[in-house]
Amino acid sequence: MSQEPAFSVRDLHVSYGGQPALKDVGMDIEPCKIIAVIGPSGCGKSTLLRCFNRMNDLIPGAKITGEVLYNGQDIYAKDVDPVTIRRSVGMVFQRPNPFPKSIRDNVAYGARINGYKGNMDELVERSLRGAALWDEVKDNLNKSALSLSGGQQQRLCIARAIAVEPDTILMDEPASALDPVATSKIEDLMQELKEKYTIIIVTHNMQQAARVSDKAAFLYTEVNETGKARWGILVEYDDTDRIFTNPRDKRTEDYISGRFG
Amino acid sequence: MGERRDLVLRGGLQRLMKRGAGRLADPVFAVVTGIAGLAVLIILAYMVVVTTYTAVPVFRSQGWSFIFSTDWSPSEGKFGAFAFIYGTIITSLIALLIAVPLSLGVALFLTEIAPRWIRGPVAYLVDLLAAVPSVVYGLWGVFVLLPGFLQPIATWLSVKLGWIPIFAGPATGLSFFGAGVVLAIMIIPIITSLCREILKAVPVGEKNAAFALGATRWEMIRGAVLPRAKAGIIGAVMLGLGRALGETIAVALLVGSRAQVTASILQPGYSMAAVIANQFQEATGDHVSALVGVGVVLFGITIIVNVAARVLVWRMVES
Ligand SMILES: Nc1ncnc2c1ncn2[C@@H]1O[C@H](COP(=O)(O)OP(=O)(O)O)[C@@H](O)[C@H]1O
Ligand SMILES: [Mg+2]
Repeated sequence: MSQEPAFSVRDLHVSYGGQPALKDVGMDIEPCKIIAVIGPSGCGKSTLLRCFNRMNDLIPGAKITGEVLYNGQDIYAKDVDPVTIRRSVGMVFQRPNPFPKSIRDNVAYGARINGYKGNMDELVERSLRGAALWDEVKDNLNKSALSLSGGQQQRLCIARAIAVEPDTILMDEPASALDPVATSKIEDLMQELKEKYTIIIVTHNMQQAARVSDKAAFLYTEVNETGKARWGILVEYDDTDRIFTNPRDKRTEDYISGRFG
Repeated sequence: MGERRDLVLRGGLQRLMKRGAGRLADPVFAVVTGIAGLAVLIILAYMVVVTTYTAVPVFRSQGWSFIFSTDWSPSEGKFGAFAFIYGTIITSLIALLIAVPLSLGVALFLTEIAPRWIRGPVAYLVDLLAAVPSVVYGLWGVFVLLPGFLQPIATWLSVKLGWIPIFAGPATGLSFFGAGVVLAIMIIPIITSLCREILKAVPVGEKNAAFALGATRWEMIRGAVLPRAKAGIIGAVMLGLGRALGETIAVALLVGSRAQVTASILQPGYSMAAVIANQFQEATGDHVSALVGVGVVLFGITIIVNVAARVLVWRMVES
């Protein structure tokens, strides 16, 4: 495992239709770690996450400046095709979003469009095992994905993401729509996934961040003098232990101890 | 979701009903809509009974040849409506063949590809086209499209591809083909409009899922949008077909009004709605009964198409 960062973010600014959403973010993300992004709602956590796989490109009016180096290469450079980035940086969304197809076809979808030549059944099984879902669905691979429970659907979405064989998985509040049992399954799964994947997870659940992550980034909303414009800044980024026991910044401490947000 | 798409299918009225869905609980509202629904059914049944009753004499005297014979000679008391049935079906099929790919293309363009600022105006324009009276389409077809477009294309087809029976010459502009093209232009706005609504209802989450897996825009459309929208699109096409089958004036102006069955779509023909419109004025006795009978058959075909559309949509939504 190289010690080169998987991602290096430099001077990142994001705005939507001219309204700033994120200002001056800089951080390094080591491979095979779980990084939690925390902060009050609307501070730009999802926006930051979408910068890592260029999903912001799909939002009309979104403008990104600065650098996001991925394995040393700027993914916002002119000649980079976002499609290739997304094939190695997967994403799991807040609401489970399986396709209205069979379980097998869901998992195979990404591999198919990427022209996967290997044994599809093997890949499906491997991915479902990787997402700790295999035992529950192995007899029903042709059943509609929509017949699964919310927690199973979310793990299916994880299986679908890892079937593309990415090296990074972005998760945007992946457990916020799930019950506690399903949530803890996802959290356990993340610990296994971290062996192979870099994971960046957005969560507004402090306990979850403290439980699962190696490092944590705290974003906070700044407001200008008139109170009209607001945007997110990166207040503190450090080892999770440090953030939760001995943060450097007063705002982090206040947020963690529940004084606002 | 299935229920929602079904509503979208039927357009504006359904949108109103969806907004009123909360009030469905209100018993007064339920009673009023119940009565209205019942009234529609009663009127429909009444129409079927009266028209069928009027047509019974000709069904009796002609038997199956009413549907399978092409001999339509009112003066000799012969009423074989096959040429009209054939013409209606052929012109509608031509219309679908042209209209479906174009409508779907425009709808996809407007929902997935076009820059945001042209989506609204173009969609509005398409909806406006749906509001143009069909007689205007017909006249425009005869005076503009026929000399400038239909006749040259038909001639070209018969010259270059005349060895294929369906393009056999001599080509006339007033033909199955001409009527089909104008029908296509007439149903494109409706199919486009419905498809657009259906495509817009595809969950953003699923589109993002496809993008996040490294899909290009086209792969996203194929993998996430079309499977979701399939049932609705089929429904929209069937509704367009229903429109085409029943369209009267534009076809009457363009089909050539000759009761014949030809393999070539470049020859003049006739249609059910057109023959009713053209002959009803001077018809008497059995002739009237026969024209009403043609109407009953047309009604039957339209019902079958619509029911088939529903069944298809339901079955797809189920699976
Ligand atoms: N698609 C979008 N279009 C316009 N503004 C957006 C969009 N997504 C997010 N924003 C704005 O960016 C800011 C940050 O949003 P977001 O990243 O979703 O925050 P969080 O995930 O922390 O709740 C908010 O002010 C929000 O209104
Ligand atoms: Mg968010």
